[in-house]
Amino acid sequence: MESLYAITTGVLTACGLYLTLRGRTFPVVVGLTLLSYAVNLFLFSMGGLTTDGAAIVDGAGHYADPLPQALVLTAIVIGFAMTAFVVILAMRARSEVGNDHVDGRSHDHDEERSR
Amino acid sequence: MMHLIVLPIVLPLVAGIVLLYRRQGGTRLKRLVGVGSTALLVLVGVALVERAGSGEVAYYALGDWQPPFGIVLVLDRLSALMVLLTAVLALGAVVFACDGDDERGSNFHGLFQWQLMGINGAFLTGDLFNLFVFFEVLLLASYALLLHGGGKSRIQAGVHYVVLNLAGSALFLIAVGVLYGATGTLNMADMASRLAELPAERAGLVTAGGLMLLVVFGLKAAMLPLYFWLPRTYAAAPAPVAALFAIMTKVGIYAILRVYSLIFGEAAGPLANLEQAWVWWLSLATLVAAGVGVLAARDLRLLVAYLVLVSVGTLLAGIGMGSPRAVSALLYYLIHTTLITGGLFLLAELIGQQRGKAGTRLVRGRPLQQGGWLAGLFFLGAVSVAGLPPLSGALGKALLLAAAEGGQRLWLWPILLLTGLCALIALSRAGSTLFWRSQGEPAGERLTWRKWFGVTWLLAASPLLVALAGPVSEYTEATADQLAAPQALIDALLPSAGGAP
Repeated sequence: MESLYAITTGVLTACGLYLTLRGRTFPVVVGLTLLSYAVNLFLFSMGGLTTDGAAIVDGAGHYADPLPQALVLTAIVIGFAMTAFVVILAMRARSEVGNDHVDGRSHDHDEERSR
Repeated sequence: MMHLIVLPIVLPLVAGIVLLYRRQGGTRLKRLVGVGSTALLVLVGVALVERAGSGEVAYYALGDWQPPFGIVLVLDRLSALMVLLTAVLALGAVVFACDGDDERGSNFHGLFQWQLMGINGAFLTGDLFNLFVFFEVLLLASYALLLHGGGKSRIQAGVHYVVLNLAGSALFLIAVGVLYGATGTLNMADMASRLAELPAERAGLVTAGGLMLLVVFGLKAAMLPLYFWLPRTYAAAPAPVAALFAIMTKVGIYAILRVYSLIFGEAAGPLANLEQAWVWWLSLATLVAAGVGVLAARDLRLLVAYLVLVSVGTLLAGIGMGSPRAVSALLYYLIHTTLITGGLFLLAELIGQQRGKAGTRLVRGRPLQQGGWLAGLFFLGAVSVAGLPPLSGALGKALLLAAAEGGQRLWLWPILLLTGLCALIALSRAGSTLFWRSQGEPAGERLTWRKWFGVTWLLAASPLLVALAGPVSEYTEATADQLAAPQALIDALLPSAGGAP
């Protein structure tokens, strides 16, 4: 369980990071989304993984740490809002600047010339 | 007056919601609410400073959940000072905006209030996760304010700013997660008391978490490898927003001061002063880069943006020195630089409006309609920001230079003074181009009292800070002493600390 969880989080982070470093806005947005999924998973496990634990109800017995669950909910909400915003921003940038490069200038031109 | 501490957050929140009521129209009423709420915030700030000035650490437990379990707002001298500073800066910016800048897009005043809410919340919170939440609140508002009015350069700067800050937020959450995993708490005071008895095998985790936080705060404060977003963003933002952004880098500085003095203070044993060496060297490098940037800037707004960077480097150097004397000097300099750079952003807008097509670019243009007054204000701001006597910049820098000890002097003195020289050269070149190298008929319209008020309100801080240097530096010294002894804060929040973990 632990290793599966750790590998999933790691792979998500790596993919997110790679995509965030791309030059066009769409991969960057997808990358940021993956990064926020990875962070949410990481936050969820931050108090240590509890398997087969119930939610905290009576306060007695074996239960999962409730704090990360509350934090993850907050982080998910904020992450959703941010993703929506960045998608709109990317579309505005595409229509105002005329291309979808994060720097606002198209590099295809130079590449074709250098060939 | 028990609820005074929560007012800096609730007041802008409510004002922002009221302002949402109508998206278009109702301009007069909106301006009244926006300015009224900001003016009230100044009064609240004064009351908070008065209360914190006695040295007592007060906290406000939201929903009456006692720390360390509930969410708390903590008021000490530092947070009270920052809240007052924010309100004073915001009042100048919001009055300036009432002259038409607020009508270039929708919901300016509402977003402005929410930005204030986020900033005040970040200054007051005593909880690491809530620091993240308030960072997000202020960032979300700042994204929208940056794009206020639209335009190509703003959108381009906005894409970089938003993407960088989203990545920073992800890193912030990871750091908070690591620290929670290692210590089992998010309350900063509680975390500090638990670090004292940290098992040795977790020290590595805490170090990693603490330094990741430094990266996040460094991004907000614009420390050297992480500052490249700042000049373009600040130069592209609408003037009143850019003026308010002058406090945003200081939020990063505040967070570094707060987290590393409280959590990683002397009591943290081997983890104490984790950040100091990093901050010290990076601050000097930031100063050098900012000095070069100031000289290279070909636009007045870009020039002021690089001056913000100079101030960031200077402030970080104060943190890097670490002694209470240096912290006191940096707090004095922080008040000065926030208000003056904010005022200079507003002034740059006025100069640009009066020069017709040339705008704020440093090229030959038309003479200014009210050039005399503007030149006088520019002179005042330039003398102050470059750190020449007799204004507050010189005083702040002298305090910082005097606080350097031993080997630190060897590095700080030449770099800080040379950066000041760079600023002086660039500003005198800019001033002579703007006001003297002109031809043709005067362009632009006469300016209204609102714009004059915004600029004068902020720039007047400089002579005032000199006149009131005694009481202000007494307050900053007391603040630095309070920061150097975090145990008092921990005891106030957790009366039973030291017992069961």
